[in-house]
Amino acid sequence: MSFSNLDTLYRKVIMDHYKNPRNKGTVDGNALTVDMNNPTCGDRIQLQLQVKDGIVKDAKFDGEGCSISMSSASMMTQAIKGKPIHEALNMSKMFSDMMLGEDVDTEEADFGDIEALQGVSQFPARIKCATLAWKAMEKGVHDMQ
Amino acid sequence: MDVQAIRQQFPILNQEVNGHPLVYLDSSATSQKPLPVIEALDAYYREDNSNVHRGVHTLGTRATEKYEGAREKVRRFINASSTAEVIFTRGTTTSINTVAYSYARSNMKSGDEILITPMEHHSNIIPWQQAAKATGATLNYLPLQPDGTIDLDDVRQAITDSTKLVAVAHVSNVLGTINPVKEIAQIAHQHGAVLLVDGAQGAPHIKVDVQDMDCDFYAFSGHKMCGPTGIGVLYGKREHLEAMEPVEFGGEMIDFVNLYDSTWKELPWKFEGGTPIIAGAIGLGAAIDFLNEVGMENIAAHEHRLADYAMEKMRTIDGITIYGPEKRAALVTFNLDDVHPHDASTALDAEGIAVRAGHHCAQPLMKWLNVTATARASFYLYNTEEDIDRLVDGLLKTKEYFGDVF
Repeated sequence: MSFSNLDTLYRKVIMDHYKNPRNKGTVDGNALTVDMNNPTCGDRIQLQLQVKDGIVKDAKFDGEGCSISMSSASMMTQAIKGKPIHEALNMSKMFSDMMLGEDVDTEEADFGDIEALQGVSQFPARIKCATLAWKAMEKGVHDMQ
Repeated sequence: MDVQAIRQQFPILNQEVNGHPLVYLDSSATSQKPLPVIEALDAYYREDNSNVHRGVHTLGTRATEKYEGAREKVRRFINASSTAEVIFTRGTTTSINTVAYSYARSNMKSGDEILITPMEHHSNIIPWQQAAKATGATLNYLPLQPDGTIDLDDVRQAITDSTKLVAVAHVSNVLGTINPVKEIAQIAHQHGAVLLVDGAQGAPHIKVDVQDMDCDFYAFSGHKMCGPTGIGVLYGKREHLEAMEPVEFGGEMIDFVNLYDSTWKELPWKFEGGTPIIAGAIGLGAAIDFLNEVGMENIAAHEHRLADYAMEKMRTIDGITIYGPEKRAALVTFNLDDVHPHDASTALDAEGIAVRAGHHCAQPLMKWLNVTATARASFYLYNTEEDIDRLVDGLLKTKEYFGDVF
């Protein structure tokens, strides 16, 4: 393996989300706030969810971390906005499966840019970076219920 | 010191990682193990394995002799006056916790003060936070100089007659600062306080003489000094250890057990509950023999050269920030502009170079440095100038990869 193999991990779309994060900031109006960190590396995320009638109306995040954790948060908020909660949770499950290297139908999952994170599964030390935002979302939904 | 001959003793170094010869620069997290240590563990389990201090049989006697022989090796290694002052523990964390539980909780009350520094590892912070909560004592932090060193004038100011315990790292695992522990011990004693030195990053690299240092407690781990994981040492002055209560009860540490009351063995065994870490202690003994054969002075001189070389070379990298003082132990903590340390670490790993990235179990220090994470390259007796060249080359490539490709 050499630096060219790094391209499996660092796809252009990932670096784009890292450098130009979507949905970074805070939600206007009422929102549920979840703080989560990765104690092994110090990455931290604050996720805000605004849910109405079982639908994720808005999702915003703030935090500090590596390109994988921050781009994943950016993609996740983009993906769950407008989705019913059960679908968001289902996406989270499929994302975990993808990180475990399982074959996930990314089109059926409506993953969009998230598909670019597939390569993370080949870098076990970085899986926790990618799942941080999803874990925060799951915790938020759990706290809500 | 023949580094190439030393490297031959470490079979793990002779491998490729991701298609490149491994460059292991994470010895501050854990060191690699030389053949004599691996063979000592193997021989113990093949030939001598038995419980210690109880079997009358031959194997029991052999195991006991080896286990207690390792204790004597540790005693000489740190120049303790007696093996009664050398307690085997699971590692530095357990050693510090033993003092925090036993000494701190029975010698402190509301109004007393514990003094530590912002550069401590979590293992030398949290036990004192907990001890302070349990006793009502106050936990105070010594200020640091801008370069991450301790000014003795600050120590003189901070230690008062209310200070009962001072705990400080011998060497910072992030900044590489080598602290003036002997001077701190003197100041602490003038005020009747005791000094605990976290030697996790000290004992593997610097010749330790606990009597000369005059610390009250010195804690260190085997696995950072070529020994196995799961074994460490708590050195304590006899007068303190005698007065302290054990923190674990049962097994090895008991003397007489009655229905409602029991008595403890004498030192050092009263602190070694359960079946001791026999193989670990024997492995640590073998590691000490190995280090002594190379010579701690030679190791220190070699590491000094490596640290100077690393600083000189790494400083030339555009956009690098190096943390800590000029005069340092053999480690360099750094950040590259616009590349998160995890990403840098993954990129270096693709080149076969192992460095640590994250908060290094020192979150308060990260806050002091005003960063969330850093990368760290740490060196030991088996590292070479070529390793550092490979690191610098890898960092330049990393910069290029993250700077230009995207």
